[in-house]
Amino acid sequence: MKIAIASGKGGTGKTTVATNLAFVAARGGRTVTYLDCDVEEPNGAIFLKPQFDLDRPVAAAVPKVDADKCTGCGLCGKICQYSAIVAMDRTVLTFPELCHGCGGCWLVCPVGAIAEDSRPIGRLQTGRAGDVQFVQGLLDIGQAMSPPLIRAVKAAAPPAELTIADCPPGTSCPVIEAVRGCDYVLLVTEPTPFGLHDLKLAVATVRELHLPFGVVINRCDAGDDRTRRFCELRRVAVLAEIPDLREVAEAYSRGALVAEASGGYRAGIERLLAALQREAAP
Amino acid sequence: MRELVVISGKGGTGKTSVVAAFAALAGGRAVLADCDVDAADLHLVLHPKVIRREKFTAGKRARIRPGHCTACGKCEELCRFEAIYFDGPGNGRVARTFRIDPIACEGCGVCAWFCAEGAIEFGPAVNGEWFVSETRCGPMVHAALGIAQENSGKLVSTVRTAARELAERRGLEMVIIDGSPGIGCPVIASLAGASLALIVTEPTLSGRHDMQRVAQLARHFGIPAMVCVNKWDLNPRAADEIESLAGRHGVPAAPRVRYDPAVTRAQIEGTSAVECAAAPCAADIRAVWARLRAAIDDAAAAAAS
Repeated sequence: MKIAIASGKGGTGKTTVATNLAFVAARGGRTVTYLDCDVEEPNGAIFLKPQFDLDRPVAAAVPKVDADKCTGCGLCGKICQYSAIVAMDRTVLTFPELCHGCGGCWLVCPVGAIAEDSRPIGRLQTGRAGDVQFVQGLLDIGQAMSPPLIRAVKAAAPPAELTIADCPPGTSCPVIEAVRGCDYVLLVTEPTPFGLHDLKLAVATVRELHLPFGVVINRCDAGDDRTRRFCELRRVAVLAEIPDLREVAEAYSRGALVAEASGGYRAGIERLLAALQREAAP
Repeated sequence: MRELVVISGKGGTGKTSVVAAFAALAGGRAVLADCDVDAADLHLVLHPKVIRREKFTAGKRARIRPGHCTACGKCEELCRFEAIYFDGPGNGRVARTFRIDPIACEGCGVCAWFCAEGAIEFGPAVNGEWFVSETRCGPMVHAALGIAQENSGKLVSTVRTAARELAERRGLEMVIIDGSPGIGCPVIASLAGASLALIVTEPTLSGRHDMQRVAQLARHFGIPAMVCVNKWDLNPRAADEIESLAGRHGVPAAPRVRYDPAVTRAQIEGTSAVECAAAPCAADIRAVWARLRAAIDDAAAAAAS
């Protein structure tokens, strides 16, 4: 079972829920893989504290132009939709940071003057955190495009009974890439106007992707009841409501797993796991 | 023209609440730009009246015309984005055709270019909308990225350009940009070329980790930055550590903002913390604003000399 933990709005508690779920499920005897797909700002390692046994660069495909072979036909510049390769007479300029690696330019070049090259965009790190198999991506500073690195994180996932993908915030390409291929999406929200607005966007996104999903209302007593009413009205399953507890905030602040310290919290996560099992069972 | 961009690395540290308060303090002398285009929230506090709306089209989408597909499989072979599925409807010649998943498609057009049958249409996609509005705190440019759409970086650039033009036309001195979390494409698009970046963080290990990465990003693009620890009193030691760490990255500390439940209350009431009666943090945000105005003048003077 592959569960994606997403949110729309940032800072609602995705990583707290994802890391505690992974910890509690592994303690319960399941094989668990945790994937940190928030490669721009991965925080899962702060809480699960993995030991990495593999750390390798991840590269994205980019063109390399052989100026001696180029005839200046300009087809490469015509096929490229991203302005990543520009042909002016026989001078061909490439802008690797704009390149999506689609391969159009080297496929279209009639004289074989363009070869597929690669450039590093980040790192892939795999290891273990206790019984949890841990994979994370770390995007290099200044790189704009995270989807290829997210694909690499997902491809490196060791098989497990439960895979938890901690997703980036938002609703655009990185989130889409992270939730693709998952069996179920758990949306973590908070009952504030910003939380609700972004939850609506996230719900529309997962519906567009035809993925089954449910909601966790985090800090459920910290805002108003509009989020709950929205979920009732739109028949969105609320799998758990987590109160705004000082012990949770303090554990988070110092990078500790709340489920390790608090029996009450651990019981709540166990109930959430059971609910997920029911909801996401194929 | 001065551009102040508010970013955070980590999500949920209070960027939008801080920007809304700055908007109120700017009192109509700035244009507001909501550049968190895939989860835009500033409008929930500023209640914009839209005076102009524009479709945002960037990039294209490919679509296979099932009647023309011969199921040769060339498109599937060439697509690097796993966007092509062999589950399209049959036609007179083949029992199944290929189909393009519009969400996975990155709009590169390789499939359409190389399809021997010319069976693939490749046309512009509407990725979202952007708006120019009036608010009680001055003009605002904002956007809504379509559901599951791409090109958020280009939409950010569109919003920023429109905000700058609007500020020039109306003789306003500043653009205040609400950025998105992370360090990727939309953040780079909101940050590059700005006069000053304010990094809003929180006193947690995650906040500290993400602040460092976004501070490095600002340095990478040569943008002067300051850090503001929001809700600092939840963990004063972590706040100290963040500020000294930021200092080592060449990022000075702006005044801190205390934890204040009035911020959530203001949000629920659809207003900003500085307009809300008796919000203790309002004084802190005013101090941040005053410090930033001085810093942005210094940065502009340094850039000019």
